[in-house]
Amino acid sequence: MAEKEKDVLLQIKDLHIEGYSDEKWIEIVHGVDLTLHKGEVMGLIGESGAGKSTIGLAAMGFARDGCRISEGSVEFDGMELTTTSEADRRALRGSRIAYVAQSAAASFNPAHRLIDQHTEAPVYHRMMKRVESQEDATQLYERLRLPNPDEIGFRYPHQVSGGQLQRAMTAMAMSCRPDLIIFDEPTTALDVTTQIEVLLAIRDIVEQFNTAAIYITHDLAVVAQMADTIKVLLKGNEVEEADTRTMLENPKDDYTKSLWAVRSFKRDQKERPGGDAVPVVSVKNIDAAYGPVKVLEDVSFDIYSGMTVAVVGESGSGKSTTARCITGLLPPTAGSIEFKGETLPPSYKQRSKDQLRQAQMIYQMADTALNPKVRICDIIGRPAEFYGGLKGGELKGRIDELLDMIELDPAKFYYRYPPELSGGQKQRVGIARALAAEPTFIICDEVTSALDQLVAEGILKLLDRLQKELNLAYMFITHDLATVRSIADEVVVMKEGKVVEQGPKDQMFTPPHHPYTDLLLSSVPEMDPDWLTQLVEDRGADQLGEAADRD
Amino acid sequence: MNYFVIGYYALLIGASCVAAQYGKRGAFMALFSLTLASFIMGIIGGENWLWTVTVGAGVVALAAGTAFSFREFLAIVLPREAAKAIRTAPLTASFGLFVIGTYAIAGIFAPIIAPHGEAEVIAQAFEPANEEMLLGADQLGRDMFSRLIYGARNTVGLALTATIAAFVMGAFAGMLAATIGGWFDNFMGRVADVIMSIPSLIFALLMLSIFGTNLTVLVIIVAIIYSPRVFRLTRAVAGNIVVMDYIEAAKLRGEGLWYLIRREILPNSTAPLIAEFGLEFCFVFLLVAGLSFLGLGIQPPTADWGSMVRENATLISFGEITPLIPAGAIALLTVSVNFVVDWMLYRSSGLKE
Repeated sequence: MAEKEKDVLLQIKDLHIEGYSDEKWIEIVHGVDLTLHKGEVMGLIGESGAGKSTIGLAAMGFARDGCRISEGSVEFDGMELTTTSEADRRALRGSRIAYVAQSAAASFNPAHRLIDQHTEAPVYHRMMKRVESQEDATQLYERLRLPNPDEIGFRYPHQVSGGQLQRAMTAMAMSCRPDLIIFDEPTTALDVTTQIEVLLAIRDIVEQFNTAAIYITHDLAVVAQMADTIKVLLKGNEVEEADTRTMLENPKDDYTKSLWAVRSFKRDQKERPGGDAVPVVSVKNIDAAYGPVKVLEDVSFDIYSGMTVAVVGESGSGKSTTARCITGLLPPTAGSIEFKGETLPPSYKQRSKDQLRQAQMIYQMADTALNPKVRICDIIGRPAEFYGGLKGGELKGRIDELLDMIELDPAKFYYRYPPELSGGQKQRVGIARALAAEPTFIICDEVTSALDQLVAEGILKLLDRLQKELNLAYMFITHDLATVRSIADEVVVMKEGKVVEQGPKDQMFTPPHHPYTDLLLSSVPEMDPDWLTQLVEDRGADQLGEAADRD
Repeated sequence: MNYFVIGYYALLIGASCVAAQYGKRGAFMALFSLTLASFIMGIIGGENWLWTVTVGAGVVALAAGTAFSFREFLAIVLPREAAKAIRTAPLTASFGLFVIGTYAIAGIFAPIIAPHGEAEVIAQAFEPANEEMLLGADQLGRDMFSRLIYGARNTVGLALTATIAAFVMGAFAGMLAATIGGWFDNFMGRVADVIMSIPSLIFALLMLSIFGTNLTVLVIIVAIIYSPRVFRLTRAVAGNIVVMDYIEAAKLRGEGLWYLIRREILPNSTAPLIAEFGLEFCFVFLLVAGLSFLGLGIQPPTADWGSMVRENATLISFGEITPLIPAGAIALLTVSVNFVVDWMLYRSSGLKE
């Protein structure tokens, strides 16, 4: 890395931020200090609710609706942001401080072309004429290795892929050559293969223009690639701060250590039962299509009882579509689904109540998977009542038992509503609902990807324990290979609607691989700060671009 | 200058000072602005204007007092859960509840409360109010007050029945269309379009002349006219709900259509439906009044607020406010209904958080 100037750019002192809820102000950030030098990249990490984003926004002198900066100072290049007028702060934003949001797709205005949105800030701040800014945009697009840089800016946001959009957003943040960019989880919503491209683009451009950056993320491996220093936050308090290497090699605080160790959960791999055991679910040569668009082609795999089969692949590879075929939501156009040897009717509407009971599903977004207006006891109780015909005291006993099983206190949660629960608790209720049907097979669709790492680990442990106790078969859909490493017995790799490779986990994680499996595996960020640099050397920057542009 | 004027300003200025002393900025600003405005009004309009202001303030204070006492009353009388909800209700809502409750009692016990029958001629036409008749007589010499009481039963009952019928039909069809989708959704949508494309008053007139004017036909026709709006709203709201994962989970569990609609979709779409109910109720009221005006609504001699306004309209030229009383009754009810609806909306939509 280039020699960095050591002038202080941003100095946050004893920052307190309060949020308004239940008709009173509650402090959510309890006195955080932060010093950022010119050209320095600082990683802010922590679980959700740690105050990462709130602090990131406070660095721009901004507090979300319902929040206020109650105490402390934010000094940007000698200017006190907490006391200056809104007009002065507005003059800074976009020109000297820029912000890159988590979901580029949601942050771009879908009704305007990319380049129109790109040129808005420079023109507004009178830094460039529109034509100049347009030329500059093209150059930035080229630097960020976007395909067809001359032409891509004239597309609308929905016409480019997620990874490209995120890079276009980074280009937009660079449009006024700011001194500071705040990246708020810029790659969280992306696939691993696309993520690399965005990470690399961000790192290059930050280095080239010697821009300081605050990089907010909950992914440690990502922050290890990007940041010079790392600050760990927990519930609005600073846990510790150190430069990246020291932090990775020698974390001091227990909480940091637990974050570092979170991926250590690993269970033994199970073997397929020998002899003539019949798989619980057997997917046989299915094809599926949404209208005229073919999305699955000749997909086959077996899942045996008590085993976990992980289905991995990028978004759009047909993982979830396969699950929809198994559940019968999308009847396959060819092939069949067998359940314990008998062929299931293609559509869920033709399946018997017992067939439906045996296969349950756990969803990615617990927010949308639980009806917000139904009490927990009714959510969990309904399948038991519906399939088992339980009533009154029997039903209550069963619900208590299920709540115990998912490690939630029945006395506390029985009459609660889903919006009152945290993300992890909601996911647990989702699991309990699936268990209430007494299934033999559960489809877990990205169940941990919306959760913090510590919480996700808890869910994985719970699923593992339940599998042992109830001898369940899992189909585990995920794009997170770390999850696969910890919980899977067998792995199915999918790409563009086809199964690329499948086999036991050990075999899948040891070379030689199919080239696509190799690409997926090598794209998972590692805790080593040199990993990204190393990867670029191995693959060559051009090939990296191709891997990501394909989507 | 007389004692009233002196007392008037003294009271206002004193109250302003007290408000300022206790740091109530809002109250102080309101009171003192009123004082300043009163100076101007006193100069232009003299004592009469100040009287009007005093009476207005008195009415508002009375309404607020009634609302406050009624809220306390409900909080004590009602069971625990409901009492907890009512304690946090704004004064407007309890005022609305009070008015609706009064109307309901008037409507239900009309024969007991009303001193005379609704079709009973007891005096000369347009006789002024006396001890026998609180509000005087109408154009045929019937007691205005009794007719007002009976009108609560007839007009409100009709509008309420028609609105509920429109809601049951529209909401059910809307949820069904959103849940089933496909051709059914299209079919229902086009039916709604057809009904909405015919001007409502003309449609009602046509139907009433075909099927004859009686209450059942009236209710059904009004319900049909207003159900497409409810259908559209419900379909849009339910359309956002049916794509949720919990609906998918319920479908995969093998739940029937009726369960899906009742237990999964309905609880999530109540907030916009309640808001729509308040609005529709007012529109239905207007349509019924309009039909009465054209002679095809509630038939005489049955008392109806809409036709009462029209029949007594000639009195306005003599400076009498009698014909405005039924109109005021309509206005008061629609406002009250909307007060209550606002509060329920606030509660059920989680806007409080």
